[in-house]
Amino acid sequence: MQIATMYFKDRAQLKLQDELLQYNLNKSKGKFVGKRAEAIRELDDFEATRDAAKSIRQRVLDNLDTWLEIFEENARARGTTVLWAETPDEVNRHVLDIAARHGLKKAIKSKSMVSEESALDHAIEAAGMKVVETDLGEYILQINDYEPPSHIIAPALHKSKEEVSALFAKVHGTAPKTGIQELCAEARAVLREHYLTGDLGITGANFLIAETGSVFLVTNEGNATLCTTLPKVHVAITGIEKVVPTLEEASTLLRLLTRSATGQSITNYVDILTGIKGAGEFHGAEHMYVILVDSGRSKVLASEVKEALRCIRCGACMNHCPVYQNIGGHSYGWVYPGPIGSVITPMFIGQEVAADLPNASTLCGSCASVCPVRIPLPELLRKHRETQVRLDLRPVGERLGLRLWTWLASRPALYAWATRLGVRVMKWLGGYEGRIHSLPLASGWTNGRDLPAPAGKTFRELYAARRRAGRQT
Amino acid sequence: MKVGLLVTCLVDMMRPSIGFAALKLLETAGCGVLVPASQTCCGQPGYNSGDREGARRLAAKLVEEFEACDYLVAPSGSCSGMVKTHYPELFADDPSMLARVAALAAKTYELTDFLVKVVKLEAVPGRFAGTVTYHDSCSGLREMGVKAQPRALLAKVPGIKLSEMNEAETCCGFGGTFSIKFGDISSRMADKKCQNIEDSQADAVVLGDLGCMLNIEGRLRRRGNERTKVLHVAELLAGETDEGAS
Ligand code: SF4
Repeated sequence: MQIATMYFKDRAQLKLQDELLQYNLNKSKGKFVGKRAEAIRELDDFEATRDAAKSIRQRVLDNLDTWLEIFEENARARGTTVLWAETPDEVNRHVLDIAARHGLKKAIKSKSMVSEESALDHAIEAAGMKVVETDLGEYILQINDYEPPSHIIAPALHKSKEEVSALFAKVHGTAPKTGIQELCAEARAVLREHYLTGDLGITGANFLIAETGSVFLVTNEGNATLCTTLPKVHVAITGIEKVVPTLEEASTLLRLLTRSATGQSITNYVDILTGIKGAGEFHGAEHMYVILVDSGRSKVLASEVKEALRCIRCGACMNHCPVYQNIGGHSYGWVYPGPIGSVITPMFIGQEVAADLPNASTLCGSCASVCPVRIPLPELLRKHRETQVRLDLRPVGERLGLRLWTWLASRPALYAWATRLGVRVMKWLGGYEGRIHSLPLASGWTNGRDLPAPAGKTFRELYAARRRAGRQT
Repeated sequence: MKVGLLVTCLVDMMRPSIGFAALKLLETAGCGVLVPASQTCCGQPGYNSGDREGARRLAAKLVEEFEACDYLVAPSGSCSGMVKTHYPELFADDPSMLARVAALAAKTYELTDFLVKVVKLEAVPGRFAGTVTYHDSCSGLREMGVKAQPRALLAKVPGIKLSEMNEAETCCGFGGTFSIKFGDISSRMADKKCQNIEDSQADAVVLGDLGCMLNIEGRLRRRGNERTKVLHVAELLAGETDEGAS
């Protein structure tokens, strides 16, 4: 996907003014947060399940190479071809090679964020093939000139029903519909045709099961089921971190994934795809490929933010992030928005271009408190900030300011004198109202808020005076 | 019992009354309070901005100043959280410092947590005729587990009524330097917080962190709200407010 992370501030500024987006965000947030809260109450011991999920994911990451080999061996044994892609370009090349090898003309795709990393759809079209997104959200974005997704599980979350209605009428040449059911029916009718004519099914994978070599997929629309059973070739594209040792463990993760994501105890469809169609079997692809994508993941694994690889892409961190909820996913400027996006994006596309992301957080901790696999997201954002300081990526003013503060705060006598002066100046600036309306060096604050002026004396000087008075009496 | 009061740099400069209120509450509870004169800043601004070295220097200074006390108490979830949850991480690679830091972290408390759990304060000096709503500041809530403690203490104040706001646990948008670096996002978050506060119909919003107080008060006034008071929980409990009789 095209990188726009460097425009974070400008974009966020625009999104804050976008009233329709604000309305749409508010609506979806209420649903996600409320439903999750209800769904986790169904579990006898939600916190213990989170601990278990964390350790399942961590155990894999601690020996990722071994688990990947086990997966590869078991997948091969069942007729699946396992391919490795080190870069986004390699992902696209593999897919196009497969298409050429089997003479494929039309890809039907269920949602895959990994394929967004390499802008796979564009590569497929550039090669003269057709590609159709079958996840309803992704389909809406595709027919809107490939608008980027704004959420990892609800890619078109930023759009209202009315916007979708207008878009469908324009693209499908139909009369505008008002009800969600009618809109879905229209999309279903359009997509049905594509399912029947597609010869290449492309999906992601929620998990890869090492013990069986299976691809594990969850959807609510059943589109992945169709994409993996109707076309003669199925290609699953996923990150190397997605492997899970056993089906048993995947089901533990599933209990948390769907509850954290949409507040469902389970999704409408769960597909477990194990190898190619066997002799005498009716369903399944004749050829199955799994493309294991690195694209920066092994770099994450070797870094201070490696815990981010435990992520099962539930989206809860963004649903509960007050920053995301105010600016929407497009502000972040790449595939993965919200707290997890701000942790992994700098690793995938570079700290320099994504420098704002780890800083655009109050570190309020809301994300970590809901993450089903207990990724300490605020700590990882802070690690990035440390890296940026180490790499000299912070603005000069900020660096000098911090250095001056530390220098001063290490010298109590000087500090006392400086703060006494400072609070007197600020009191004076506050005037009779006792508040400061504008501060040139902190306009970020005063553009939207007053600053309540201080009392004019520091605690330490008042306290010292009180002690002296106490001694005299 | 010797309690070291970490006044915090913000309180020292911006609202000394919170420091005196904390002092009064601790003394009411029978604690001997020590206020180390050389204390400055816990190092959190640097720590959250990625300046580990600067943060370590200030942290080491603070450990020196407070380790002789039986407890470290701060009228701030954010600064007590820094000492309790982040100092150990800062010195993870320095075994000799780590032991001292861990010992200090173990006896570090946010003020209301300390008053409820350790000294089990029965009665408070403050009075308040009116309705308050409580904002759960992030570090206090998620790092220090402060949620029921301030409410339990507020319930002891004669005349007070509590009216919970919607989304009391949602961040107010302060976030230290975030509030300046990303001022527009921060102001919007503050604005939503203010809306929830106003919807609660409370006469005052009460909270435990001065950074969030400045943010919320600054936004309330900019919105044209001159009515809703913004009080630190210590000020209210100690009766160090305009209407609180002491
Ligand atoms: S970081 Fe955690 S909460 Fe966020 S998407 Fe990943 S698993 Fe879900």
